[in-house]
Amino acid sequence: MKGLAHEIERSARMGPGAVAALIEGKQFPVVEGRTVTFVFRGDVDEVRLRHWIHGLPQAQPFHNVQASDLWFLAIDVPEGSRMEYKLEIVRRGEHRLVQDPLNPNVALDPYGANSVVYAAGYAVPDWSLTDTEARPGEIRDHEIDSSAFGGKRRIQVYLPARFRPTRRYPLLIVHDGEDYVRYASLKTILDNLIHRLEIPSMIVALIQSQDRMREYADDARHAKFLVEDLVPQLERAYPLVGKPSARGLAGASFGAVAALAAAWRYQGFFGNLLLQSGSFAFTDIGAHDRGAVFDPVVRFVNAFRRQPGHPSEHMFISCGVYESLIYYNRSLVPFLQRSGLDVKYIEANDGHNWENWRDRLREGLSWLYPGPLWMVYE
Amino acid sequence: MSHHRVVLLGPQRLQPTLNKAVAALKVTGPLAVITAGWEERESEDQEMRDHLGAHTVNLRVYQRVEDVMEQDRELAIAIRERQDRLRVQHELYRMRLQHAMAAARELLHRETVDGYSEMLEAEREAAIEAVRTLDGFHLMKVVDVHHEFEDRMRPLQRDSVVRHRREMARILHESGALCIAGGHVVALLHRMRLFDVLDLVDSIPIFAWSAGAMALGSQVVLFHDSPPHGLGNAELFEEGLNAYSGVLPLPHAKKRLHLHDRQRVSLFARRFAPAQVVALDPLTKMEWDGKRWNGDRGTLRLTERGVLAQAGVA
Repeated sequence: MKGLAHEIERSARMGPGAVAALIEGKQFPVVEGRTVTFVFRGDVDEVRLRHWIHGLPQAQPFHNVQASDLWFLAIDVPEGSRMEYKLEIVRRGEHRLVQDPLNPNVALDPYGANSVVYAAGYAVPDWSLTDTEARPGEIRDHEIDSSAFGGKRRIQVYLPARFRPTRRYPLLIVHDGEDYVRYASLKTILDNLIHRLEIPSMIVALIQSQDRMREYADDARHAKFLVEDLVPQLERAYPLVGKPSARGLAGASFGAVAALAAAWRYQGFFGNLLLQSGSFAFTDIGAHDRGAVFDPVVRFVNAFRRQPGHPSEHMFISCGVYESLIYYNRSLVPFLQRSGLDVKYIEANDGHNWENWRDRLREGLSWLYPGPLWMVYE
Repeated sequence: MSHHRVVLLGPQRLQPTLNKAVAALKVTGPLAVITAGWEERESEDQEMRDHLGAHTVNLRVYQRVEDVMEQDRELAIAIRERQDRLRVQHELYRMRLQHAMAAARELLHRETVDGYSEMLEAEREAAIEAVRTLDGFHLMKVVDVHHEFEDRMRPLQRDSVVRHRREMARILHESGALCIAGGHVVALLHRMRLFDVLDLVDSIPIFAWSAGAMALGSQVVLFHDSPPHGLGNAELFEEGLNAYSGVLPLPHAKKRLHLHDRQRVSLFARRFAPAQVVALDPLTKMEWDGKRWNGDRGTLRLTERGVLAQAGVA
């Protein structure tokens, strides 16, 4: 035991006043080098740290200090990490998952919010924060007639600042695009990276599925929707370059599966893929253990591994090392490279969450769509 | 040294100073403007006109080149071929540059080698000289490409170019000054060069900022210390329009360079000496009065010692 945890133990022996003085005014958890100390106060029977770090016990119990209402836990977290978590509170047999009441830092996602701890060396990237100097782009609602699904599909379209119909723009289609905007600051990041000249002014289609676990799992209708409905209608409505090298797909988790599967089905159509924490589960032998929803995914990835073809010219792949999916993503990279694809792969000390995907966007977008950084001096 | 009176300004978008600089030289008559670096947004100069509060005439250099390319297909094809050759030449230069810069950087970072620190400086000097030699070689090759193009195509004698030059000469003859905005430095440089615009400028002062300032110098250097990919090695792009010499302007230096990194600053200054390497940030100004350079107070240059110092007389 070291650092704050040690101090808590020592203060506990001196009495409640010493403990209160020690923790008063501090923001928790406290980060000291690689040691992160969580504290909880409350009349409860047990407290556990619940996180989603693959390879560690998913619930780690807090220590109670001298039968008081003070609980703490010190764990080792590598530098540069972001860790999302909740606290599991047990009281009179009732279990509740709650955000850490002593930690104001939260990360939002479609299911609510998690508390988040920033380990030593981690900082929220400045390019993901609002920059008053960056000219803001605009998001417009748009409807697509879908022959693939039948009926109309509502999408959103990001147009860059200083959009001009006389100019031609590259296109990126983002799966779960509205979530990317809401939880991964995508619009702010596009505004900033365009302002910084790290990516070109570009048009980004934000698509959202009401049935993503099915439609994103190598559904032929989805690929057809992208290639035969969405892109042609966007190219009629907006001044797009209209070449594979200036077309791309992006997605995270099942969205990454949808992107790769569509590009694989329509090879030569999309030149750029941005795949984050792809749910690329496969089997070398036997059955998988990820539930029926993964059946079509595993079928697809197995087939893809047998015959990868050439789904795109460039692929940017990222994954958090705290995700169980790291195994599949790591496995995919040398295989893709052996197949002659131009692949850039990065890992981060983070989990399967939107802020991990946010933090990798600069590297991914600017690699796939390099901006005029070296040429423009305004 | 050019006979032009040249005023180099920092970026103008958020803190414009152009109107004051123009007023300081008591310019009379309309102002000719070049915004070719804005490419297809060339004509959107209302904000600048509002700021200047004077009669301005945009020379429409970008659009005129588009017209030339449309009218003279032979020339257009030759221009594209030249672009391809320049691109390849630059790729070859970049391959060699990364190794030469890596050697110079490593030597600058070393404080000693087995205790023999005094031997290090000679190696540093040689490593930087190797980069300068490479820069010089690249510049020579690029000049060759341009000369070959000009000898073969004689662009200034072609009908569409002659017609546009005549129109621009008339505008410039009636103007009190020429203002050249920033933007895409290569688009600006190549389009001005096609018409040899500076040859049409008599004795009126020239105000230029950002890419405009870069294009007017003797060398155009592209730079960024922390691009999202790559090592951030400054690259000598090609010869500029030679409206001035003795200064290498670096627009947005505070944003684009690690000005607190003494080794990077020193390497930059030593590599491009004897030119004054000037951080052309907002509110800065360098003025060539025909005899010498004067820097406004607070306009800083990168020094060989790795620190910033007042830019000034040279």
